[in-house]
Order: sequence, then structure tokens, then C-alpha cells
Amino acid sequence: MSAETLSEQDWTGDFWRGVKVGLPVVVASAPFGLLFGALAVDNGFSVTEAVLMSASIYGGASQMVGLDLFGARIAPWLIVLSIFAVNFRHVLYSGAVGRRIRHWPPLQRAVGFFFLVDPQYAESEIKGGRGEAITFAWYMGMALPIYVCWVIEAGIGGTFGNLIPNPRALGLDFLLPIYFLGLVMDFRRRPFWLPVVVSSAIASVIAYKTVGSPWHVTIGAAAGIILAASMPLDKDGSNPS
Amino acid sequence: MSTIGWIILWGAVMTYAARVGGHLVLSRFVHVHPRVEAGLNAVPAAVLTTLVAPAAISAGPAEMIALVVAGLASLRVSLMTMFLIGAAVLIGLRQFIA
Repeated sequence: MSAETLSEQDWTGDFWRGVKVGLPVVVASAPFGLLFGALAVDNGFSVTEAVLMSASIYGGASQMVGLDLFGARIAPWLIVLSIFAVNFRHVLYSGAVGRRIRHWPPLQRAVGFFFLVDPQYAESEIKGGRGEAITFAWYMGMALPIYVCWVIEAGIGGTFGNLIPNPRALGLDFLLPIYFLGLVMDFRRRPFWLPVVVSSAIASVIAYKTVGSPWHVTIGAAAGIILAASMPLDKDGSNPS
Repeated sequence: MSTIGWIILWGAVMTYAARVGGHLVLSRFVHVHPRVEAGLNAVPAAVLTTLVAPAAISAGPAEMIALVVAGLASLRVSLMTMFLIGAAVLIGLRQFIA
């Protein structure tokens, strides 16, 4: 077997391994993709605009916040700022994942960062934490089905949104927290996991009740990150892990 | 372009800036300080917790029980199974608890 066919097999195999990792995310995000489309039309967006927003911003929570504020007649620049605030955590994802994909050519990195949503980040960190290389094929195998479905769902939700008789009975409004809790638990073997989670939980709840959404994300995350960064280091200056 | 169009365009630009920005800043440093490293390692749990905690605090009994059951399940089963268990408990309980 030549080296070329071998690497091509690696590429395909890696791509499909990525697809497999992304499938639960496709299922878990489907209700939100549909819900976003339905809510967007409800808030005065056209179906095309809903699809465009899912395709270009590609960040569920920030899209919902954008809709919500637009419906409340908030100034456009404040809406953009709020979308940025909700997605500001991606700066941190970018810094963390960037360390693992330094070997990618610049164009691949530029493409890859576009798809860096919460589960994409979480799975990349889990894979990288196991000492496995993050390949472009694996990364895009995970990203593309999630992205394509997300965009299509905005169109379907926008077109057929009014057909769901009782979204609450289906638990649609609370599936996201359950999914995010699962991701939190996945990181439980990281150093200082419990103190980080406890301090972020307390800080985010206080911020949620005082400053309000979406700042509780930034403030709560900062509490856990600062705590972890200020923990005592090992004698050799490294972080115990 | 419509107001919605501008909001979407700038929202997308700012979001991409965030997704690429962290890497562009950090890649300028050859050696990452251990405290920065420790902070970065804590990012996923810290951020994801802020998406769960306020929702849990403002939740009713059905949501609370679903979260607890799903949380316990996650100690044993995969993310997808845990998610389905949580969703099933939630939908089941909501038939009884208003």
C-alpha cells in the first residue's frame, strides 16, 4: 500500500470518527435549531434572515439573546454588543484549542475557528486531553453535520414553528441546561474541577440576580478561571494535573 | 440593508473575531505561563457551569430532579445516554407537575 492511500484512509477514518462524536450534538441541538427558527419569525425576522443568522453567527445562545433583544426594541449596537458578550467565552476556547491545532496551515485554522462552538470546543479538549492529535479531518467531520443541520433547522423552524402545540410539555426550554451539565461533568477529572465549578456557579447566580443576563456568563466564568489560576503551583512551576 | 441584516452581519463579525482572537493573541507567546495554563484548563467547566447554574436556581421541582438524575447518570453513562435520561425524566415529571 502506498503512503498516499494510507493517508487518504486516515483522512476518511478521522473524518468519520469526528462525525460519530458530533452525532449526539446534532440530536441535542436540533430542538434549539428549530426553536430558534420559530422564535425568530415570531420576533419579526423573515425565514431567510433566520437562516442567515444561524449560518453566519452559528452560536445558539447568542442568537437567542439577539432575537430577544430585537423583539424588545433595544438599540442595534447594544444587540451586537450583547451577542459579542455571550460569545466572548469563545476567546478562551480559541486560545485553548489554538494550542492544539498549531500544526494546521493558516487557512485551515481560519476555517476551523469559525466552527468553534461549545461542544466543538469541549470534544476537542477531551480528545486533546487524552493526548490524541486534533486533525482537520476529525474536526470538520464533527463540525459539518452539526453546522449543516443547524442552518436547515432554522429554515424548518421558521417555516413550521407554529405547528408545535405545547413546546413546554416536550421539555424544549430545559434541554440545553441538561446538555451543558453533561459537558461540565465530562471535565470532572481536570485539576481544581470542584472548586472551579462551585465558584463559577455561585458567581454566575449572583451576577444573574444583580447585573443580569448575559453578563452572568462572563462574570461567573471569570470567578472559576481566576480561582484556578491563583491555586498554588507545583514546585517545578507546573500545574498539578 | 435592513436593521436585522446589519445586526446579523456585525454579530457574525464580532463572533468570528472572538473565535479567532484568543488564538491570535496567545500564539504570540512562545511560553505560556503556568498560571495562564491553569486558567485555560479551567475554562470549559467554568463557562459551562454559568450556563447551568442560573437555569437550575430558577427551575421548578421537575427541572431540578431531571438535572440531579442526569448529573448522577453522567458518572456512569455517556453524554448522549445521560442527556436522554435527563430529557425523559423531565418530560415524564412535567406531565404530573405543572
